[in-house]
Amino acid sequence: MLGEVAEMKNKTKARLMQGNEACAEGAIAAGLRFFAGYPITPSTEIAEKLAELLPKAGGKFIQMEDEIASISAVIGASLTGAKSMTATSGPGFSLKQESIGFAAIAEIPCVIVDVMRVGPSTGVPTAPSQADVMQARWGTHGDHPVVVLCPTSVAETYTLIIEAFNISERWRIPVVFLMDEVIGHMREKVVLPDPHGLKIVERLRPTCKPEDYLPFDADAGDGVVPPMADFGTGFRYHLTGLTHDKTGFPTTKRPEVDALIRRLSGKVDTAKEEVTFVHEVMIEDADVAVFAYGITARAGARAIRDARAMGIRAGLLTAKTLWPFPEEHVERIAGNVRGIIVPEMNMGQLVCEVERAAKGKTKVISLTRVDAEPISPDQILALLKEV
Amino acid sequence: MAKPITYYLREDKMPHIWCEGCGHGIVLGAFIRAVDSLGLDKNNVCVVSGIGCASRAPGYLDFDTLHTTHGRALAFATGIKMMKPHLNVIVLAGDGDLAAIGGNHLIHAARRNIGITTICFNNSIYGMTSGQYSPMTPTGRMATTAPYGHIEEPFDLCDLVFAAGASFVARGTAYHARPLSRLIAKAISTDGFAFVEAVSQCPTYFGRRNRMRNALVMLDWQKEHAVTKQAASRLSPDEMEGKFIIGEIGTRTRPEYTKRYDAIIEAASKETDKSV
Repeated sequence: MLGEVAEMKNKTKARLMQGNEACAEGAIAAGLRFFAGYPITPSTEIAEKLAELLPKAGGKFIQMEDEIASISAVIGASLTGAKSMTATSGPGFSLKQESIGFAAIAEIPCVIVDVMRVGPSTGVPTAPSQADVMQARWGTHGDHPVVVLCPTSVAETYTLIIEAFNISERWRIPVVFLMDEVIGHMREKVVLPDPHGLKIVERLRPTCKPEDYLPFDADAGDGVVPPMADFGTGFRYHLTGLTHDKTGFPTTKRPEVDALIRRLSGKVDTAKEEVTFVHEVMIEDADVAVFAYGITARAGARAIRDARAMGIRAGLLTAKTLWPFPEEHVERIAGNVRGIIVPEMNMGQLVCEVERAAKGKTKVISLTRVDAEPISPDQILALLKEV
Repeated sequence: MAKPITYYLREDKMPHIWCEGCGHGIVLGAFIRAVDSLGLDKNNVCVVSGIGCASRAPGYLDFDTLHTTHGRALAFATGIKMMKPHLNVIVLAGDGDLAAIGGNHLIHAARRNIGITTICFNNSIYGMTSGQYSPMTPTGRMATTAPYGHIEEPFDLCDLVFAAGASFVARGTAYHARPLSRLIAKAISTDGFAFVEAVSQCPTYFGRRNRMRNALVMLDWQKEHAVTKQAASRLSPDEMEGKFIIGEIGTRTRPEYTKRYDAIIEAASKETDKSV
């Protein structure tokens, strides 16, 4: 199971590590070679760590003049074949949205880390939140594919960021990696997997002659994702944020526009099973369930243990993939429990998705917290006792 | 030219989108002739643009070409240049794209002195959206968003970019197409950030509103108002009023950014060796 470090065969020595540090080191293990960023709390340590580590790993780091420049440079670097990433927090994530849309329509792999803090606007820069989960899905305009992952621990930050790169490269989509301030700044004992034993995915590159290359012909790949040539290797092709045909040049022909938008969104439908990571604890016999993600899943784990000790048969569904939303998992559980509690450090964002997926089969209860503090196990336990 | 101009064009993408009389084709021609004069391998040229009329130019060029978001071409280009420093990375941008929404990226690319050549197609107007004022619209001129006359002062883009730290800064015009081509060739040969402002004409959205009834009138205006540095030195401030300098505006030798980064890689690897 992804993120279950204890099960990994080749382990390294135990270390005390910060979440942001694990994000940086995991990214390098995934093959990161270019990072562009802009200082912003609470993600800055990622940039600091990569400024130190990337030049040692044959990569490059740059602090750009603003958040938009950072994501733009990341997309440019990815076009040369380099695995690329940027990291930010809410205000910066808002600024990056237009270019994330560009990465989606031009199908350029990249990873965007958002270490969530309290918003809107400047909010509380140093305190945790989970209020960007909808923006991560719908932040940029237009229908677009995106996968959103969310780690629950420092160790899992390391392993899950590797999956973020693998998914981004495999499906040629932007992947948003949603941490929260607690995960980002917390220090935990971690035992990391041996970097040599990791499964690392590379993007599909064309095998045809440059003159035969159609950069957006998915049939030249697996029918879903077209092979991607590196800039500077003689393929001399064109990329644009305009809707385009298989050649990469702009089109406004209705059937071609329709085919492009449907293929782009369809990538995530096809990828769904492969990119959906969930973890279930004591769900089989549960009468009541908790659906949680990020640091809140840790409080959820404690709450269900405490509930079990009191004779309440509680279970936990942790979503590590937030988008595509793991609706099949929620629906299955909804059929077997009296209620699903959804604790979130926001005003209730993913609870609507849980309700949609539950299809009225069970009661869905929202637990919100927006006072800049993480949700405590006791808050969840109190609701478990009530349901 | 060593090779016909069509060697560098994607002829199947013609006709282009530019209006009759637009100066952008002349500027693009000057760019192609510069590339040809330097004998660059097409596989080593990467052209990046943002949004606007000028930003459609890369689509007609047989290189690796990237048409990005509004104002951000230099930021995308920075990522490309960082990871493939051997490429000739060229940004083609309009004055609105580069001086307004992309102004921050322009001064910072110049400050870093990253080895990217930027050509600003300056027609003093937003053409793609049909005639709004730009940071390069002269005071008193008319635009759809300045129906009573423009009250802002334009940038002197060349002075701005040189002050920000560029290695090479020059200005040319569509009228002076051959000297413009030579300036672009020098820019591309520069080891550092190079900037060429190419004064172009938009008869459709600038000329018509400003009593310049066609492209010829506008080209004549370029001819009459462009002054070489030499000629300018003989003119009084009064005589220079309304005129602008063409030719090399400034050159300096400074370390190029990606080469500086190589030193970082060397320093970092030494530290790794020590720790082993």
